[in-house]
Amino acid sequence: MNILVCLKQILDPEVPARDFSLARSHLQADPTCADLVTNIFCENALETALQLRDRHGGRISILSLGPASVEDTLRKGLAMQADAAFMILNDTGHLPDSAATAKALAAAIGKLDRLDLILTGHESGDWGAGQTGGLLAEELGLPFIAFVDEIEETGPDRLILRQQNDSGWQKFSAPMPVVASITNSDHNLPRIPKIRDIILANRKPITSWSLGDLELSPDLFLPEHLLVRVTELTIPQAKGDCAFIEGATKEEKIGKLAEKIAAIARSI
Amino acid sequence: MSEPVSTVITALISPTQERASAGLMGAGQRLSETVGAEHVVVACGPEDSESASGLAHGADRVLLVRSPALVRDRQEVWLQCLTRMGSELNPAAIVLGNDALSQEITPRLAHRLGGASIGDAQTLTAEEGHISITRSVYGGKAMAKVKLQGTPAVVWVRAPSMDPARGRATPGQIEEWDFATEPEMKIQLLETQMDAGEGDRLEDARIIVSGGRGLGGPEPFEKLKELAKVLKGQTAASRAACDLGWAPHSWQVGQTGKKVAPQLYLASGISGASQHIMGIADSKAIAAINTDPNAPIFKHCQFGLVEDFHQVIGPLQEKLAELLA
Ligand SMILES: Cc1cc2nc3c(=O)[nH]c(=O)nc-3n(C[C@H](O)[C@H](O)[C@H](O)COP(=O)(O)OP(=O)(O)OC[C@H]3O[C@@H](n4cnc5c(N)ncnc54)[C@H](O)[C@@H]3O)c2cc1C
Repeated sequence: MNILVCLKQILDPEVPARDFSLARSHLQADPTCADLVTNIFCENALETALQLRDRHGGRISILSLGPASVEDTLRKGLAMQADAAFMILNDTGHLPDSAATAKALAAAIGKLDRLDLILTGHESGDWGAGQTGGLLAEELGLPFIAFVDEIEETGPDRLILRQQNDSGWQKFSAPMPVVASITNSDHNLPRIPKIRDIILANRKPITSWSLGDLELSPDLFLPEHLLVRVTELTIPQAKGDCAFIEGATKEEKIGKLAEKIAAIARSI
Repeated sequence: MSEPVSTVITALISPTQERASAGLMGAGQRLSETVGAEHVVVACGPEDSESASGLAHGADRVLLVRSPALVRDRQEVWLQCLTRMGSELNPAAIVLGNDALSQEITPRLAHRLGGASIGDAQTLTAEEGHISITRSVYGGKAMAKVKLQGTPAVVWVRAPSMDPARGRATPGQIEEWDFATEPEMKIQLLETQMDAGEGDRLEDARIIVSGGRGLGGPEPFEKLKELAKVLKGQTAASRAACDLGWAPHSWQVGQTGKKVAPQLYLASGISGASQHIMGIADSKAIAAINTDPNAPIFKHCQFGLVEDFHQVIGPLQEKLAELLA
């Protein structure tokens, strides 16, 4: 099976609120206020692919769109044991929306050998739009399943995908090729690469394309051409007026807490 | 000749949750008024005529879609159905809820209609011929205003925390819309499993007791369930607790999980990461039990107790059972 995993590099979402700040444009975060990391859901997706390959064999390619720094994300993916890495270099200085991203990813996919399964993260830890997977499926004219947390191969041309939904899960059978966006679960926590593999990954080749190489317009990411354009960004302030429950003994405090909770419960 | 009226379509494709449906109707109605458009509500039907007339009180037109294939598990059918409606009615916007099916369909529907898609909208406005929305970004550390430069704007909203629709003096028209063609199903549903312990959906819950990594294992979640029973509430969890397998994933609240809006959200052993807060910020009151007085969760709390959960849960439950007897 030929699997492609799309990986996005983002500002570390675990950056404490006090360190988080905006860029001067006030249209994105200050890219220097935290480290750059691979989006966790994309790593969940890569882990899902690795487990599939462990069980059934196959080949895993990884693909990332972004500035030159996405090489780090691809190197980490290679260290996790992806077979081949591809990057679309965005040196325009503009942030694409999900639709432009999907267009660029689809153009790159057109350059690759036939794929059986294409994975994205369910959403990214920075903008969190959660649109790219579905849009990519449409660009490619393929079926799509969102919120997938488990994939099984059944026979030569179909997969079983488990989707988390509002109250549990559903299993679907889908023909290959199929696009799925991956969400987190207790069995797709990304593996930690071994030191040796990290060193080896640094020597592996990465194929890099410019937008021009993919016959994409250099204007694709211009804000006025996007379908979804950020026009304002602000940092909301937490209220911070918590009434801490005090008391001489633990029992007294628990009693007061119970009273407060009961008052709300009674008012419903 | 009259001006062609523009429309806003509200797609109620998972109509079982009352609160979410009401909020979604409200969001669609208000947007249609801002745009000066007709409000068309699409729902499955017409088996339940009572709920259809309920919908008509918040809409100019209600389209009840009739199709043997139209069960909510089949994204393909809804996608094709809404695509066809979208191309016939040429709406300024299509508003969907935050159920999994709606979220899954949103980008694909927008792409098929040549429009723009976005999710998790908290407010919707119209400016200079475009729809703009606000949404939390960077895991809740920032709030963005986003302009949808493509039409239609296909947007899923935090339905349960939206105000319901205003009742109209004269109800809108109810029409049936036959969608007979059964599309070729590339994807087949094999099996459905509901997580144990979920009565109401979390989005509808009035009281939620929630646990995180600080609970230390799966057993304390059993105690949380008992506490929820006493309070006639629901149980939820942080992502960390779900990833550890201590609670099922349908309990996850936050950026990636459910967005809840109860009267009381009681968080135990949850630090209050911004991604978690994103799911609970619409709660009327937030309270926390945490051993760390500096835990960020307290910044969002109305009241809080700095204590070890394990020492608190037993006596707290007893006391509440007594008070609420
Ligand atoms: C893209 C992205 C999306 C995410 N989406 C979500 C999401 O939807 N939902 C979500 O929850 N998280 C989400 N997260 C993860 C989030 O950043 C945090 O990692 C997570 O919420 C932490 O869970 P926690 O509070 O249970 O654990 P921790 O942060 O480890 O906190 C545990 C807390 O328990 C307290 N504690 C310890 N022992 C006790 C005790 N005995 N009694 C009482 N208190 C105790 C500690 O003081 C601490 O405050 C997301 C992250 C990313 C990057």
